[in-house]
Amino acid sequence: MATTATRKSFGQVLLELGGKDENIVVLDADLSKSTMSKMFADKYPGRFFEMGISEANMIGVGSGLALAGKKPFICSFACFVTGRYDTIRISVAYSEAPVRIVGTHAGIGIGEDGNSQMGLEDLGLMRGLPHMTVIQPADDIETRQAVTWMAENDVPSYIRLTRQNVKDVNGPDYTFKIGKAVELVPGSDITIMATGGPVYHAVDAAGLLKKQGISAGVVNIHTIKPIDVEAINKYAKLTGHVITVEDHNTIGGLGSAVAEVLAESGAGKLNRHGLKDAFGESGTYQDLYKKYRLDAEGIVSVVKEIFDK
Amino acid sequence: MAQCYDIEYLRELARQSRIDVIKMLEAAKSGHPGGSLSEIEILVALYGHVMKHDNDNINMKDRDRFVLSKGHGIPGLYAVMANLDYWPREDLLSLRTVNSRFQGHPDRVRLPGLEASTGSLGQGLSIAIGYALASKLDNDAYRVYCVIGDGESQEGQIWEAALSAPKFKLDNLVCILDYNKGQIDGFVKDVMPLEPIADKWKAFGWHVIKVDGHDIDELIRAFEEAASIKGKPTFILADTVKGKGVSFMEGLIDWHGVAPNKEEAEQALKELGA
Repeated sequence: MATTATRKSFGQVLLELGGKDENIVVLDADLSKSTMSKMFADKYPGRFFEMGISEANMIGVGSGLALAGKKPFICSFACFVTGRYDTIRISVAYSEAPVRIVGTHAGIGIGEDGNSQMGLEDLGLMRGLPHMTVIQPADDIETRQAVTWMAENDVPSYIRLTRQNVKDVNGPDYTFKIGKAVELVPGSDITIMATGGPVYHAVDAAGLLKKQGISAGVVNIHTIKPIDVEAINKYAKLTGHVITVEDHNTIGGLGSAVAEVLAESGAGKLNRHGLKDAFGESGTYQDLYKKYRLDAEGIVSVVKEIFDK
Repeated sequence: MAQCYDIEYLRELARQSRIDVIKMLEAAKSGHPGGSLSEIEILVALYGHVMKHDNDNINMKDRDRFVLSKGHGIPGLYAVMANLDYWPREDLLSLRTVNSRFQGHPDRVRLPGLEASTGSLGQGLSIAIGYALASKLDNDAYRVYCVIGDGESQEGQIWEAALSAPKFKLDNLVCILDYNKGQIDGFVKDVMPLEPIADKWKAFGWHVIKVDGHDIDELIRAFEEAASIKGKPTFILADTVKGKGVSFMEGLIDWHGVAPNKEEAEQALKELGA
């Protein structure tokens, strides 16, 4: 099965979109080689603006370009771009400026660079903004279609992408629908709701759990906002128990979004798995996913703890 | 290339706009008179003569763009635009009330005609740069003007923006500093000194022009000079007086963010010849 970093899928599809729509402009803050916006920059230098290490200004310039009718994609690491929160709040969300915000290097999956480079609170930040659509794709084909959706829709949006390679979880006939969760594995005992980098680990975990007699379904939540209320309630009722899995703080991210839905509906029980009110640290991606139990074995152990109680 | 204009008409526009600012703030019982009065001639020069715009066609494609980065000065802009028939003058009295288009700080969604939502200081110049880049992409379709405040210039994002506009050779962009020397906690020179301001912007690569910010002729000449400069953006350091036009407000920090009461408003309006 093919693996790719979703930031790379982003860079490739942005290049393709650039050839189809000359209103697309791209801004980066000295990380174009890492965010992969460089592919666009090399092909369309007249529509690429290197803003230097000045994220707040990049966000504001993106706002002006958007209000003038362009389709700006502004790119940096998730932590750096969403760290300039007030500028996004006023110049993008409140202004209803259709800026496409791209945050790469999501979560502990970035590895050795450590916590200061890890976006671990960005989903919570972006989810809290009125008018903001928040997307986190799980694989190559989903990223391509999600980025295309962003290009085609004139609304403020945020997409969160991985540094590390992720395995495909969707087939070649996959169709991305904004705001609609995707069932990847059917299950009857518990539903794992995952997003982003850990999704394929969740699929692998479901396979391991099956061998141990636990029928765990896996649902990929690629749109964090608007959250798919209907699907969350449906799967919660179906299996009675939901566990969210994300490479993000459990406060503010997918776990919180699902908790809000289930608290209001009472459709099922919930456990949240991810970074538990904690910062990240240095290490290889594999070692970190093992330590924080975001790989398949880790997810299996977390699910089994729920059943053992 | 200087075009003719009627200076008496522009002065009257400024006087009437000041009257409207006082009436609005008195009705709202809150707001920022100091910075709304200091910027009036800058706005009058731009909207009354320099800028290409059309109140009957607010979405005109190639209109010049104006961003009021110092968003708390918005009553001044509401007033000037009302006097140019963007909206009825009587509507201004709904300032800061529930459901009003005239929010305490600019909201481009609620009030079409404004080009940016601002109020969190330091952000507008970046937005103006975005407009200027878009204009360049569209073959220099229009010019872009942005008024910033002096207190606002303590924000780091202003200097990120100041660094970037010369890089992109934005000769279609003019940043005007309403240098009224006051901010909420005191005089700018005491709160966080900015001088030498002109030297800083020159060093960042801007064409710098100093003017008396209450002299409409001088302002218009500066805007004409800016239009003739190629390859770099222009920074106009407009020397202004906080609370200009109302004797008991001029130069006083206390009038940064306090509205006049009925008696004070009456006296102010009398001084303004209302």
